[in-house]
Formats: sequence, structure tokens, C-alpha cells
Amino acid sequence: MKSLKFFTLIVCLSSVSVTTSLCAEVFEVGQKNKAFTQKALVIKVGDTVSFKNEDAFFHNVFSLSDAKLFDLGSYPQGVARDVTFDAPGEVEVECAVHPDMTMTITVQ
Amino acid sequence: MNDIKKTLSGWCVAGFAGIYCMMSALPLFASTVLDGQMVFKAGHASLQHWLLPVTPESPDDNQPTAARIALGKQLFFDPRLSGDSNMSCASCHHPSLGWGDALPTGRGAKSEMLARATPTVINTGYNPIQMWDGRKKTLEEQALGPITAKQEMNMDLTVLLDFLKTNTGYQQAFADAYAGQPLTPELVAKAIASYERTVISRNSDFDRWVQGDSKAMNAQQVRGFKLFVDPNKGNCSVCHSAPNFTDNGFHNLGLASFGEENPDLGRYSEKPIRMMKGAFKTPTLREITRTAPYFHDGSAKTLDAVMTHYIVGGVVKTNVSPNLKALTLTAQESADIIAFLQALESPFVEVTLPQLPLH
Ligand SMILES: [Cu+2]
Repeated sequence: MKSLKFFTLIVCLSSVSVTTSLCAEVFEVGQKNKAFTQKALVIKVGDTVSFKNEDAFFHNVFSLSDAKLFDLGSYPQGVARDVTFDAPGEVEVECAVHPDMTMTITVQ
Repeated sequence: MNDIKKTLSGWCVAGFAGIYCMMSALPLFASTVLDGQMVFKAGHASLQHWLLPVTPESPDDNQPTAARIALGKQLFFDPRLSGDSNMSCASCHHPSLGWGDALPTGRGAKSEMLARATPTVINTGYNPIQMWDGRKKTLEEQALGPITAKQEMNMDLTVLLDFLKTNTGYQQAFADAYAGQPLTPELVAKAIASYERTVISRNSDFDRWVQGDSKAMNAQQVRGFKLFVDPNKGNCSVCHSAPNFTDNGFHNLGLASFGEENPDLGRYSEKPIRMMKGAFKTPTLREITRTAPYFHDGSAKTLDAVMTHYIVGGVVKTNVSPNLKALTLTAQESADIIAFLQALESPFVEVTLPQLPLH
């Protein structure tokens, strides 16, 4: 849990009119041994999560949450697909193939 | 008349009434990584993740007792739980037929043909998700579904409660099993679920081989197991994974029926994700020799037919699972896998039919 890898810091904008800087980060969440590598993740609006399949078979990451609706389709080992979260809220992320695989992303 | 004994096969009736099943409990966990490191020697440490726990877990508010299991068994075998008082759970989930019905798809009220094959009850207690489309999680949630479904047992819950509450035998049985709890439909479901969790298969030749009995499987069956888990050969355990030979996941297998007009969309009706169109839950392979015909539509009569389907890689490719690929198996290798599947059968046990309270 504490080993949250946010491996890149892509954008970091400062704005004179905004007191804090807007830093969009990229987080990586793996699918490994039929589970997400993190059960819960807290991010900020504008951040991106990269979902990487680390298993030798297919997963299908998706969410039907109001805060973010997406379906990444299925893809094999080694491939990652990204989702940028543009609205605050709780996002329940699931795998369509394996219903036991769930995690929550809190977008602040 | 009430002590009709049926010689039933293949599962260990665990719990209080039944046969004693040994072996320590092992947690259920994802096993694909472990599969890659297996040593194919009887009793080897790398195989132990294929063993099931002694008993399935029960919900906190429905821990099994002898009284609960006995009551559940009565309810399971009682045809008066159906609208016409002529169908019990066991009508379709017949213990003599692998806790199924040996039909391609089930027959419900007035013998109406149902859309999907009757799933076996065997080892469903180990699964965190129930039904071909996964619309129920626990056996408690599942149990009332077929009882109330119009096309199935077609029972009105008010009528059911009326019957149970005016039957002194059942009143007593409920009081013994769930003291102080009002008789509700949920309680009926709890009792049935308690019984279903005793329908277990974990004492097969394969299990004994995993436990160290090198004679439990022959050389062909060991070869079959190796092919079963090899991603470049049978590729079976990608979905039929340890320990219950299911990933509790959903896959479109490219069956011919998905190519028909208005096909059964399966899991898609629960999770409207494209990949789930025509996807159904992976069934266990334990006791597979007793649960023909196969697939959710009952379209394969034999294990040979199942193997042929997988060797081709499915016939309707529209939305076929990417985990499915055409297999390069020789006839001998296919026969080896089938020989292995035969090792997933457990020895015969006797199940005694319960006495049902008439009044
Ligand atoms: Cu998955």
C-alpha cells in the first residue's frame, strides 16, 4: 500500500492566479495474480492511473461509477492502458473477467 | 419408507451428519504463478494449492450446525416447496446425477424447457459467486431464486411460509435450527445453503495424488495434468484454476449458440461490458465425469466433444475470450487430458433421503 509508485510526474503547471500549483501525476496499478496491486488509491482531479496487466492471461478493467465511466477492454501481459480522472468522487474499479478483482480510487 | 438409501457417488458429505474428510484447510488463492513452478511428483509441496479446505466458509450469521444442515436437507428434498408441490431442489439438482439433471438445459414448472443447463451443486459452497451469469453471490442469496421463479419451481413465498408455519414438524425443525428467529424466506434460504455446503468433492484420485499417494493417478493421468496446466498445450488452468478448477470468472467460449439470433448474453445482463456478451461463469471440473452434458447450453455431450471445441478454439469468434486459443494437441494428448479429468471423481458415498414432516 505504501509502495504507491507514481513513476512519472508529467505535468506541473503553476498559475499566478491559483495559489497552489496544479500537478497532474501518473499512478500505476497492476493486475497481478488475479488481483489489483492496490486495494485503494487516493488521487487528485486530473491525475492519471495506468493499469498494467502483469498476469499471463487477460483482464478487462472497467468502472461503471458515476465519477468515471470507462471500459479498457482486455489486453495481455505487459500492456498498460491509462485513464485520466477528470471529476471528483469515488470510483469503483473492477475486472469484468474476474469479479473478485475490485479496487477503489478516490478522486479529490 | 423414509430410509430409502441411494448409493451416491463422488462427494464427501462433510459437516456433522456425514463422512469425515481429513486434510488441513488451505486458503483459496490465485494460483497461476504457482502453476508455473509445479513439480509433477505425488505429494510435492508445489502442488498443495490444488487442495480444497475441509469445509467451505459460511457467513457469520449462518454458521453450520447439525440441526441447520438437517433442516436444509429436508427443504432441499421437499417437493412441497414448489407451486404444484411436485418439484424439489433435487428434481433438477439430483444427487444421483452429479447434483444436476443430465439434461442439456433444465426443465422447470410444467416441464417447460429452461434457457441454461442446470449447474451442479457440488462445491458451489467454495465459490464466491453463483449462477451462470453470477447474479448471486452466496448460496443464501441464490436459494430462493429457483423456488420463486415462474418458469422453475413457481412458488409464492406467502404460500411457502404458510405451509412451513402450519407444519408442526417444520416448526420444530426451525426452532431447533434457528432458535428465537422468526420464520422468514431468508431463514429457508439459510437452511438450504447450510445443506448445500455439505455437498463437497475433495477426495478424488487427483487429491490423493496431490497428498502423496503416487499410485492414485496413473502415468497417463499425470501427463494429462501436465498438459492441463501448460499454457502452450491444454491451457485449461488459465480459467479452470486451483483449487476448485474455476477462476470464478466469466468467458465467452465461442459456442455455436452465440451465433444464433438473439443469443443468451450471459454475464452482460449483469455487467454491461462488451467483453461480457455471451460470457458465462467457469464451472468447476471436479466430478466432471458425472455432470454431462457440458457448457451452459448443454451443447457438448461428451468430454471428447468439449476437447474438440477447445482444440478448434471456438466456432463463433464474434466476442470470444482472448484467453481462448486454438490448441496444438495430438489425439494422444487430448486423451491424456480426459484421463486426467476422470481422476477428478471422488469415491461413492451414500446419501440417505430425509424424512419429511407430513403435518
Ligand atoms: Cu481480471
